[in-house]
Amino acid sequence: MSSVLFDAPGPKARSRYRILGVVTALVIIAIVGFIVLRFAQSGQFDEKKWHLFTFPLVQQTILQSVGATLSAFATAAVLSLVLGVFLAFGRLSDRRWISLPCYGFTELFRAIPLLILMMIFYYGLPPLGVQGITPFTAVVAGLVLYNGSVLAEVFRAGIESLPRGQSEAGYAIGLPKSAVMTNILLPQAVRSMLPVIISQLVVILKDTALGFIVTYNEILFQAKYFGSQAQYGAPIIPSAIIAAVLYVGMCLILAGIAKWLEGRMRRSVKVVKVAKSEIVDIEG
Amino acid sequence: MNTLLNNSDLFITGFRNTIILFIVAGIGSLILGTIVAALRVSPIPAMRAAATLYINVVRNTPLTLVLFFFALGYPKLGLVEIDFMTAAAVGLTLYTATYVAEAVRSGINTVPVGQAEAARAIGLPFAQTLTLVILPQAFRAVIPPMFSVFIALLKNTTVAAGFSVPEAGSIRANLSERGEPQMAGLLWVALIFVLLVFMLSYAQRKLEKKWKVVR
Repeated sequence: MSSVLFDAPGPKARSRYRILGVVTALVIIAIVGFIVLRFAQSGQFDEKKWHLFTFPLVQQTILQSVGATLSAFATAAVLSLVLGVFLAFGRLSDRRWISLPCYGFTELFRAIPLLILMMIFYYGLPPLGVQGITPFTAVVAGLVLYNGSVLAEVFRAGIESLPRGQSEAGYAIGLPKSAVMTNILLPQAVRSMLPVIISQLVVILKDTALGFIVTYNEILFQAKYFGSQAQYGAPIIPSAIIAAVLYVGMCLILAGIAKWLEGRMRRSVKVVKVAKSEIVDIEG
Repeated sequence: MNTLLNNSDLFITGFRNTIILFIVAGIGSLILGTIVAALRVSPIPAMRAAATLYINVVRNTPLTLVLFFFALGYPKLGLVEIDFMTAAAVGLTLYTATYVAEAVRSGINTVPVGQAEAARAIGLPFAQTLTLVILPQAFRAVIPPMFSVFIALLKNTTVAAGFSVPEAGSIRANLSERGEPQMAGLLWVALIFVLLVFMLSYAQRKLEKKWKVVR
């Protein structure tokens, strides 16, 4: 591989790189080996600790918790996309009494930690007499308010980065502003922002794990429950490993879809190139 | 207002711990993230592969799970004992470092090619090209995304409340033990976070103006 950051290696550099490469590999093997060894020594790989997960009923429960995670993710994803579009349109409105509240809404909900939002719904509302708040509604409501606001910014950046000619052409053929927005600008903005939108969806999927703290019955919640079963040796690390594999797997599938879509987009000529600086990694 | 004033001890210890976590994890992830970003562009394939693997795995793991491992799993390994606060700081650092690394790497890509070529032309090796020429310019270019990462870190510290760290996210549980209205407490916490985030955004605009790269 050639890079602008370093010269093509000569014979001396090549042997030095080879030595450094071997040293790096050794260090990594040492770190991973130490962790695995520690796991093995403290008995995390013993048959006894994994026995719990061989029961069909336990496996079923884990599958159900995956379902719970996915249903919270799917509901929140759809609703926050809808909310995001509405807020983006609101912010781009010419009427200040529409655009200002939308601006305040997005800024406010991007600044409040998601967990605090979920707690406000789950612990804060019921004492005030609001009925029917389940952990599911609290998780979804928190995710939608936060990610809807983030997606609104993404849509807005996408629409604003389109060439002016697009909307001008729309007005020139006599379309009203609403039609220009929905028929001309939004489809192009979505297309050019698709990678960012999908990485935000990965964020939603990851953040469903916060439901663990407001007692939503998802993967991590089950993992902790199984991990504290004393008669099976409290297999907290095996259940954490299972949860990690499930989460990383699901996120990688979503990320893989994002990459595939990006590749397709690049080949398609319809996409308007967006300046790289417009796409700011909004979430951490 | 009464909820805030009558329980100011809770709010003060809570937010003090939040800010300690934020600063420790912020500095830690800035250092670790920069190292990982440097590894990712290094001439040695093994280093590049290791950094890429780390970033891909940790970025696709929920923070809750990372903290879950450090708070509940780590003590079972029989290693050096650490308290929940340290565990949370380590977890947050490892998690945030991947985002810092991605931000720094995107900054390295924005530095014009001529800069690196000039550095190589005067005979600087890779380490010096990176530390003396590229990184100082890259950091200036990535102030907005870097601040987004740190704002996210500030908000993410609340997750530690789920793992026995007495910080801002756990103020609610303590309030409910004292029989105080939880909603009022939560709204105060939210308001303080909004103020803290706005302070960070203000610092971002200041720094951006101060360190603007004129090309």
